[in-house]
Amino acid sequence: MIPRPFEYHAPQTLPEAFALLGAHGDSAKLLAGGHSLLPMMKLRFAAPDHLIDLGRITDLKGIREENGVLWIGAMTTENELIWSTLLQTRCPLICEGARQIADPQVRYRGTLGGDLSHGDPGNDHPALMVALDASFVLQSAAGERVVPADGFFIGTYATLLEPGEIMTGIRIPMPPPGTGYCYAKLKRKTGDFATAATAVTLRLAGGNVEHVRIALTNVGDTVIRATDAENVLTGKPLDEHALDEAVRLAMAACNPAPDLRGDEDYKRAMAGEMTRRALNTAHERAVNPARP
Amino acid sequence: MASKTMVTFSLNGSEVDVVVEPRELLIHTLREKCQHTGPHIGCETSHCGACTVDFNGTSVKSCTLLTVQAQGAEIRTVEGLAEGGVLHALQEGFMQEHGLQCGFCTPGMLMRAYRLLQENPDPTEAEIRYWMAGNLCRCTGYQNIVKAVQYAARKLRGETAESSHPLIAADAAQAH
Repeated sequence: MIPRPFEYHAPQTLPEAFALLGAHGDSAKLLAGGHSLLPMMKLRFAAPDHLIDLGRITDLKGIREENGVLWIGAMTTENELIWSTLLQTRCPLICEGARQIADPQVRYRGTLGGDLSHGDPGNDHPALMVALDASFVLQSAAGERVVPADGFFIGTYATLLEPGEIMTGIRIPMPPPGTGYCYAKLKRKTGDFATAATAVTLRLAGGNVEHVRIALTNVGDTVIRATDAENVLTGKPLDEHALDEAVRLAMAACNPAPDLRGDEDYKRAMAGEMTRRALNTAHERAVNPARP
Repeated sequence: MASKTMVTFSLNGSEVDVVVEPRELLIHTLREKCQHTGPHIGCETSHCGACTVDFNGTSVKSCTLLTVQAQGAEIRTVEGLAEGGVLHALQEGFMQEHGLQCGFCTPGMLMRAYRLLQENPDPTEAEIRYWMAGNLCRCTGYQNIVKAVQYAARKLRGETAESSHPLIAADAAQAH
């Protein structure tokens, strides 16, 4: 319950935050919503000497469209994602996913950027962002670079973020009208991390799958993009045979860790089932694109 | 090691100054420095919601917030719900509908429901259960908490709110 002592910093601007990161190096941690970091500090899994609170930097918040690209500030909270009318109408996969994350209180604090930067394979946004072909804006005192979500996650709690960098925003190509989507998550109870979950975006052309992205949560060291399953579906109708084959290939891509949520076989089977449900729902929504 | 900081926030409408180490959690400040011991601690993994307070118009688990983050914040705890000795509709609802037993989760439940009913004054049963999911209760089985929130929602909307409890309802009928 009691974290180790540390110094607290609350910069008002990004340059101030970069200066603090530069001054304190590895002994500093960025504090966003604090709903992963503070729990780890309370259990003394993490004991940084300095916390740099990003909560007062207003540039890191917001949801807007810029030339067909959706920009979401890294400090935007889960609750703000859920209630964004722009996302509800133009990119509802994010709302559907965010509603399955944690609980109301946690969603008032926890942020999109924090969920992604944490690099926990149990988190849901990595799969949502891979399914949406998002990219992340990483800024440092030296400038900014933009890296795709697919490839950003390199291991458990490990991402491409370098020391001195801050994820400032998330860019998502606006899904064209008619994009089917689904986030199917199996969990033991509200607020739990997934036993297995699958994020899908899918578009049809002339009855055939023109585009499909499949990303799996919590069945490996990181989010897993099921590219073999995507390839087997592309260019064909989504019939029973194609679906079975995609589910088999998605299961083959899993490498789950056994824990209290189940053993490898169970998690792999559930990843298959979530993939089947997510593909079916995304397909229905692509056929009937009326928004809820 | 870490130097202490003075933090100023509004607590149930009054300005409060506290001097804290950066590592001090808001729940400990509220309970130990401000003597507002309604908010409780039921876990160390941010699940139970017994520490829930209203913070700048949001429900937060005060065990997962540093007091230094509360600089300038508007905080309301269960101690600030009643006005002039008159119970808030939610407090009345929890009493009338038997929405508490041991009372340990109740301050957090009330503060979460307080925010919920401002955001959604007429929630369905499913919405109440979903939007109260950050608060655990070991006594009630939740059913009467749902009724308590419905009771308060009716009252706050200006509708007639009567207890669904058969004995309380009978008492009320006799009194008339």
